Amino acid sequence: MRNIIAICKRELLSFFVSPIAYFVITGFTLLVGFFFFNYFSLFLRMYQMSAYLSMRGMPLPNLNQTIIEGVYQTMIVILVFLVPLLTMRIVAEDKRRGTFELLLTSPVSVFEIVMGKFLSLAVIIFAMLSISFIFPLLLIVYGAPEVPPILSGFVGVLLCTLGFASIGMAVSSFTENQIVAGVSSMVTLLLLYVIQAPAESLDGTVADVLRYLSPVDQVQDFVRGVVTLKATVYFVSMITLGLFLSQRALDALRWR
Amino acid sequence: MIEVKNLCKSYGDYKAVIDVSFSAAKGDIVGFLGPNGAGKTTTIRMLSTYLPPTSGTATVAGYDVIAQADEVRRRIGYLPENPPLYGEMTVREYLKFVGEIKGVARAQLASRIDEVLERCFIKDVRNKLCQHLSRGYRQRVGLAQAIIHHPQVIILDEPTSGLDPRQIIEIRQLIKSLGQDHTVLLSTHILPEVSMVCNKVVIISRGRVVMESRLSDLTRDKSLEQVFLESVSHDEVVDAAACVNQGA
Repeated sequence: MRNIIAICKRELLSFFVSPIAYFVITGFTLLVGFFFFNYFSLFLRMYQMSAYLSMRGMPLPNLNQTIIEGVYQTMIVILVFLVPLLTMRIVAEDKRRGTFELLLTSPVSVFEIVMGKFLSLAVIIFAMLSISFIFPLLLIVYGAPEVPPILSGFVGVLLCTLGFASIGMAVSSFTENQIVAGVSSMVTLLLLYVIQAPAESLDGTVADVLRYLSPVDQVQDFVRGVVTLKATVYFVSMITLGLFLSQRALDALRWR
Repeated sequence: MIEVKNLCKSYGDYKAVIDVSFSAAKGDIVGFLGPNGAGKTTTIRMLSTYLPPTSGTATVAGYDVIAQADEVRRRIGYLPENPPLYGEMTVREYLKFVGEIKGVARAQLASRIDEVLERCFIKDVRNKLCQHLSRGYRQRVGLAQAIIHHPQVIILDEPTSGLDPRQIIEIRQLIKSLGQDHTVLLSTHILPEVSMVCNKVVIISRGRVVMESRLSDLTRDKSLEQVFLESVSHDEVVDAAACVNQGA
């Protein structure tokens, strides 16, 4: 445990000494703020037209559906591009500058290295998402949305981001080139993001499987306020898979 | 302390280390001497548990480098050819981190850090970032990192390469002083360094050990220089001569 914390602390120090963490967090907050503003204006416009809408028998705009769902789903898209920037250096940099030789010749297990590094990513991601939580918080303070879906949605987005990070870390473990790691994880996450697209023209089991694999669909449950076992298992499996692959990649290094 | 038997390492068809055997007792400072590309770094990486051997056995501090790798890691201090520094950490932060992962007790960590800062003459740079250090300081921080947990065996890969003459002298004195309570294995391609620092020499050429001897036995009838030139193969003589000249 001490080793895991030591490695985690060291990674956090690296994140905040180099400008990466600041840039990614600032960029994320900026983008989420922009989209929040857009969804908010959309809601206002719909609200102003509500008399007209109800006359035509159409449903009235709902704060949760219009703004919260929109913002949370947009966050996932932004994270597909930003998470790889956080994870690309996590292992690759150690390999390139030779510090990996220090870690591997110290009494530290590969499991501890992987967990320490992942923990540092989790801390950064939690901080990043918490800062963006200010936008839903504004709604809670000044409006009257349903609060539980906002909270469960946050948990869903957090789990999804941790899943992305663990996949990014696995990719970073397979190379010593940060750019290769960054681009590959971006492509992997983007593919995962659009994986349900072929399901439109397919049916049967294949379509069901593709839909299940889509993080968008899984987050949707959380955002609607339904914490399902199915979605939880999905994200926990994604995190575990990434950690397992990282461990495997680093174990393989030990046995060249 | 170090027992190496028939150690081999091949990368595909290329044999980097062939049947290497040698030993080092407690308190020895062993010079691991050979021309560039002779297999010094590969052997050292196997002893430090970084690379697994293809065949053969090696024990360090009484533990097998494969079966009991973690026990070995607890007992060795290892300085790779390029000091494994984290550029964005200060020297002190870095040594604290290494102390933690090497298992130095929390209560002793601060005093151990002060001790190695003192011993490696890096006290005045302790709050500098590692990336701003000169080559000589980087090397010394690398040494400090290798001895922070008071290991029984210290393994150094070309600790004086790239240093200026004064730094070389300082590092050599430091290594000599380490020999009093540690076993030291240091690789080098500079001949005179061995006679200045070590009490035992192992000469390696083209992946094979060509000679292992105590320095006191050696210099009685032949100089180290002669032995070295005789023991490395013919087409390496040019290379070997360079080693001799470099130190002169």
